[in-house]
Amino acid sequence: MSVTAGAHERIEVEVTVNGVPRAAEVPPRRLLSDFLRHDLRLTGTHVGCEHGVCGACTILLDGAPIRSCLAFAVSVHGRELTTVEGLAADDGTLHPVQAAFQDQHGLQCGYCTPGFVMSACGFLAETTEPDDDEIREGMSGNLCRCTGYAGILAAVKQAAGDLRASGADPRSQHQPEDDAFAGRPGGEHGPAGGDGGGEVPS
Amino acid sequence: MPISRPTDVTATLDALAASPDADLLAGGTDLVVEVNLDRRRPEHVIALRRVTELAGHDTTDGRLRLGANVTYSEVEHDLAQLVPGLAMAARTVGSPQIRNAGTLGGNLGTASPAGDTLPWLLAMDAEVELASPEGDRSVPLANFLTGPKSTARRPAELITGVRLPRVEGPQHVSKIGPRNAMVISVACFAIVLDTTNRRVRTGMGAVGPTVLRSPDAERAVTQALDWDALTCPEDAIDAFGRACAEATAPITDHRSSAEYRRHAVGVLARRALRRCLST
Repeated sequence: MSVTAGAHERIEVEVTVNGVPRAAEVPPRRLLSDFLRHDLRLTGTHVGCEHGVCGACTILLDGAPIRSCLAFAVSVHGRELTTVEGLAADDGTLHPVQAAFQDQHGLQCGYCTPGFVMSACGFLAETTEPDDDEIREGMSGNLCRCTGYAGILAAVKQAAGDLRASGADPRSQHQPEDDAFAGRPGGEHGPAGGDGGGEVPS
Repeated sequence: MPISRPTDVTATLDALAASPDADLLAGGTDLVVEVNLDRRRPEHVIALRRVTELAGHDTTDGRLRLGANVTYSEVEHDLAQLVPGLAMAARTVGSPQIRNAGTLGGNLGTASPAGDTLPWLLAMDAEVELASPEGDRSVPLANFLTGPKSTARRPAELITGVRLPRVEGPQHVSKIGPRNAMVISVACFAIVLDTTNRRVRTGMGAVGPTVLRSPDAERAVTQALDWDALTCPEDAIDAFGRACAEATAPITDHRSSAEYRRHAVGVLARRALRRCLST
């Protein structure tokens, strides 16, 4: 079976973003980063270099970090995406990774921050007790021109400790501590489950 | 830019037959970069991500087959026991985000002289599997790579995977670039001490129009090695490095000079060999 679309045709793309089914009709050339920002109005994902170097556009595709500027939206039809909008709790409480970036001054201008936060979420899901070298390696696909990275390194280290303490999956929406099932709405793997939280359409 | 999104090889070949000039899209880490920089305006794109037959790997009758859609992350995390040298090569590719997207088939199809998996695949005498309406064929990697970014793939053909022998023995891959992540190779060296066939296998990247090997260097060091103890005399290690460097045909460009590339690959050759020997 094959799906072919012409140059000026618009193609229906259906994805699950932060646990919420979303759909839009887009031209085949639409980058995933532009699809998120322009079509779904989720502007938390930033676009820096647009050729796969800076990492500002990092999102999770089925739980793994990718550069959304290097994928066409039509290529991810049917998949699960997690963006920075899907991390904080419904009441606005920051996700442990976001809180750690704030606590440790892991940002200055903030432009690269959504990408760093998403990379950290993917990295900490795989590596729960990282040393400094592993954190540098895990964050190596993101560039920051303000901080000099020391604060970012400290933030990822703090987040790793906080996540180990809570047992939460860093790829899911933050659940405040009084929730009996803190941080685990999506089960063992994958981003936030289907309870509909976490989306902030602008 | 029309796009086709076939889900099996037959449909992919139909789409290729209908538009033989189509650009094949796997992980997007080469093609989409070119599109975004406006260096390429594809007439037609065939997206391969959903072609399920291109996923996964299998081991049959002592040989290994890796599907074209296997990502660098899968090699790095899931196949490190099976193909340790390829896993080392995969870890040098781009960044975690790039490794989650980029594929072996894409590295073969792009055929950059600096392609990170190619030196190890060449050392292993890998064969590239190609499917077409006329039937399937497999081409040794050395014949498949015909020049910088050019291959023996015919317009109607699809890279479906790569086949290689199972080889016992220590192996190592190292790469030089300005930093550890997000760099295109300045020089790359792969070595396999094939203890079953008692033969040293090598591959060198970014030091010629395609990845290269030095049959003379391989032959000499194969004879110099003590295969039971896995040791090698120091002068033979030095000679190995020199012979590898001499077999290169590097260019000077914005990434490095020909002299540096030649020197560096000789250093990498000595170092990689030492890492494979008993200490």
